[in-house]
Amino acid sequence: MRIGIPRESRPGETLVAATAKTASQLAALGYDVVVEQGAGAAADQPDVAFTDAGVRVVPADEVWSSDVVVKVNAPTDDEVGRLRPGATVIALLAPARSPELVERLSAAGVTALAMDAVPRISRAQSMDVLSSMANVAGYRAVIESAHEFGRLFTGQVTAAGKVPPARVFVVGAGVAGLAAIGAAGSLGAIVRAFDVRPEVAEQVESMGAQFVTVDMEQEVSADGYAKEMTAEQEAATAAMYDEEARAADIVITTALIPGRPAPLLVTAETVAAMRPGSVIVDMAAANGGNVAATVKDERVVTANGVTVLGYTDLAGRLAAQTSQLYGTNVVNLLKLLTPEKDGVLTLDMDDVVQRGITVTRSVDGQGETAEVMWPPPPVQVSAAPADTTKVVPVEAAPSPPPDPRRRWYAAGLGAVVFLALATLAPPSFLPSLTVFVLAVVIGFYVIGNVHHALHTPLMSVTNAISGIIVVGAILQAPIDNLAVQVIAGVAILLASINVFGGFLVTRRMLNMFQKG
Amino acid sequence: MVSFVTGAYILAALLFILALAGLSKHETARRGNAFGMAGMALAVVATLLLVLDYLTDDLIVDKTPIVIGLVIILVAGTVGAVIGIRLARGVEMTGMPELIAMMHSFVGLAAVLVGYNTFIEVASAHSTVGGAVGAESGAVHNAEVFIGVFIGAVTFTGSIVANLKLSARMRSAPIALPGRHLLNLGILVVSAVLMVWFMLTDGWVGMAPLAVMTVLALVLGFHLVAAIGGGDMPVVVSMLNSYSGWAAAAAGFMLGNDLLIITGALVGSSGAILSYIMCKAMNRSFVSVIAGGFGSDGAVSGEARDYGEHREIQADDVADLLAHASSVVITPGYGMAVAQAQYPVAEMTKKLREKGVDVRFGIHPVAGRLPGHMNVLLAEARVPYDIVLEMDEVNDDFPDTDVVLVIGANDTVNPAALEEPGSPIAGMPVLEVWNARDVIVFKRSMATGYAGVQNPLFFKDNAQMLFGDAKDKVNEIVAALG
Repeated sequence: MRIGIPRESRPGETLVAATAKTASQLAALGYDVVVEQGAGAAADQPDVAFTDAGVRVVPADEVWSSDVVVKVNAPTDDEVGRLRPGATVIALLAPARSPELVERLSAAGVTALAMDAVPRISRAQSMDVLSSMANVAGYRAVIESAHEFGRLFTGQVTAAGKVPPARVFVVGAGVAGLAAIGAAGSLGAIVRAFDVRPEVAEQVESMGAQFVTVDMEQEVSADGYAKEMTAEQEAATAAMYDEEARAADIVITTALIPGRPAPLLVTAETVAAMRPGSVIVDMAAANGGNVAATVKDERVVTANGVTVLGYTDLAGRLAAQTSQLYGTNVVNLLKLLTPEKDGVLTLDMDDVVQRGITVTRSVDGQGETAEVMWPPPPVQVSAAPADTTKVVPVEAAPSPPPDPRRRWYAAGLGAVVFLALATLAPPSFLPSLTVFVLAVVIGFYVIGNVHHALHTPLMSVTNAISGIIVVGAILQAPIDNLAVQVIAGVAILLASINVFGGFLVTRRMLNMFQKG
Repeated sequence: MVSFVTGAYILAALLFILALAGLSKHETARRGNAFGMAGMALAVVATLLLVLDYLTDDLIVDKTPIVIGLVIILVAGTVGAVIGIRLARGVEMTGMPELIAMMHSFVGLAAVLVGYNTFIEVASAHSTVGGAVGAESGAVHNAEVFIGVFIGAVTFTGSIVANLKLSARMRSAPIALPGRHLLNLGILVVSAVLMVWFMLTDGWVGMAPLAVMTVLALVLGFHLVAAIGGGDMPVVVSMLNSYSGWAAAAAGFMLGNDLLIITGALVGSSGAILSYIMCKAMNRSFVSVIAGGFGSDGAVSGEARDYGEHREIQADDVADLLAHASSVVITPGYGMAVAQAQYPVAEMTKKLREKGVDVRFGIHPVAGRLPGHMNVLLAEARVPYDIVLEMDEVNDDFPDTDVVLVIGANDTVNPAALEEPGSPIAGMPVLEVWNARDVIVFKRSMATGYAGVQNPLFFKDNAQMLFGDAKDKVNEIVAALG
């Protein structure tokens, strides 16, 4: 099958759905890969890079007539019209927010796979394009803010005076938020972060930031995304946002709720109270923004000198990197869709990942319209809470601790039995028993604190020592009975194997142990 | 002469105690081994002198048996020495468990033979002289013979089964016969009855109970160990070590030889202590181990639970990860022994240490098939022993560790032991590797470990799998480290 990589038609778009490297990886899966002329120019992937990698660079028509078209942005009406019925299109479709696009794709009879609908389960991480783009965007958000910020991020004491470190407040500890925390931290800033999901506190702290807490009931997220909060939670949180934002030099907001407008977290009053020169980067600008002053795709400077960035193309501003990551996500998806590596794309509707991304499915290329598959059934990400009912408390009834007196009774009984037996035993037996008991006690004390590493040598040496039974056999050898002598001989042979083998192998082992 | 020999025996016993004491520390271990050799030489030479002394004994008219005996001693001793030396020289360090198990079986068999000899000697003396010998303490002496043969026989077959399982010539899965505890108990009860009969007999009549008991004891030894799976072998081997000691002690009782009693008791109690340490390491009850057949107790919960998906990583990426780490902990398991990967692992360790990476080893007490097995392998590959740490020493350090390499270990790093109360390995202390930043698991496939329990570690977010033969993969990493 042929995979076509078209040039993105959206104005200002810098990304491309495949780099020379990922295109050749697609070819390795058995596909015939073609790239539109100039498709990767803005992402440092000139046509010659593709031809060098053995990928054909062709005019647009040949790309759009491919069996599979992979692009970054959702296809426009015009582009949907250029798709062949029965073809497959893979792109960021945002099916939840664009029902009319889903309808058009269905009407065109194409199979549409949404890269941005990959379920957030561990297995699908390698194709989760939202994560990889958010990661880049989070980094870029910090770089953009540093560019706008009139001071250093890192604290220094110089001959010209002390430079305080910048204070960065990150809202939302998703992939973008964590990436921003990491980038800001490595620039030397003091980073504080908040997220409505308490379980991410550990991740925030692992990135070197301080997790801001709000005293309220919080829920553990089951699907990997944050939820909108209840009213009273919101009130407590709003106060915290206000306080943190006023104290910060840089505020980076990343709060998104899937399928809904972004929540307003930083009010106009808060922005008005921030210090002049402060910078806010609103990464949720595309969905309405977390900050009151945000204007989508614009840089706004408020009356009190606070710069608010509403860029929605943060990932696109690192075009080469994002294209490479997007391309790799595409390769990973196609690996899943091409189990035989034979260049034939197959969709398995029983697989949660494949089912999750399928927006429309053309019925064997026959019908005029394709079946609408959106929305898919929900996928449970974290398995732990689901089977709490299954885990039966094992230590339901801990057995009562045994009566300590029972031990004394047992010891007393043992002593009585022993005394009775000793009284019956011939006197000649008892000295031997004395020796035996004392030797057992010595053995316990001598061995008790052996270094763990020496257990094997200890065993081989005790092996050798237990060859002492050779002494018994030697004493039996001169007895005037041939059978006894022969048997004794065999015993001597076995025991001396132990004696010599045991000591020598111990010595060999001990010679190997050396101090570094 | 007899007093001289007794004195020599006392010295030998002291030297043996010093030998075991010396082996408790690295610094004194070699000296301890030397003490052991000296003690053994002293004991054997003194005994030979005693035998030679018979030649000058005027009361013994016919000296021929003594000469024959001396010849037998020399020939058998020499042959045994040659075999022993060859075994010690030739054994691969990965094959130590098999060798040690085999040596236990020798002690067991020797104890059986000495026991039979004692019986034959007494019985023939009884039939010729007419009850003069051993008349005063016949019953007790009979009991000593009987117990010695019993322990020896159990040790013998038990060790042979352990050896076969360890060398993979017998399936290592536990053989679970229905009612096996009843079977074991039955053998014990019948043997006790036979012992009472044997104690009351004189002369050759005793052969019947003795022979029947020997067969039963051989069966018991076989069954005890056959019912234990391969992964519990560290406990089994040290348990058999203990049994072989008790066998020697029992032989000492029947011969009235204090040196044998002391030595046997030392070995027996040291083996018991080792078994106890192993049991604690596996969270098993000591009694159930000594009784045997513990490996498969409790239903194996094979519930098919979805743990999610594992991630794979390639050797190059691991090398990259390691080169940029500041602290690395390697936790080897039996898989490293199987793949003979200790040399490449040592090489890798050396390279990383040269790059300034802090590399340490975390050894679980029951890693491998023998107590301390991993330490011996690493020592063979010249890994300095002061960076090889015990589980307890290293467990608290995992949160500060960048990368953990799990090489051929599975159950010993299984978080289910701590997190899932229903798991068959619940409560067993494990290496908490998942607290580290990254965990790389070297594994052949996604198959379960010895305990048959799925390992949630593989599905943790910070764990990645490196599939393939451990030796090849470590070599690739070494190559990538440059």
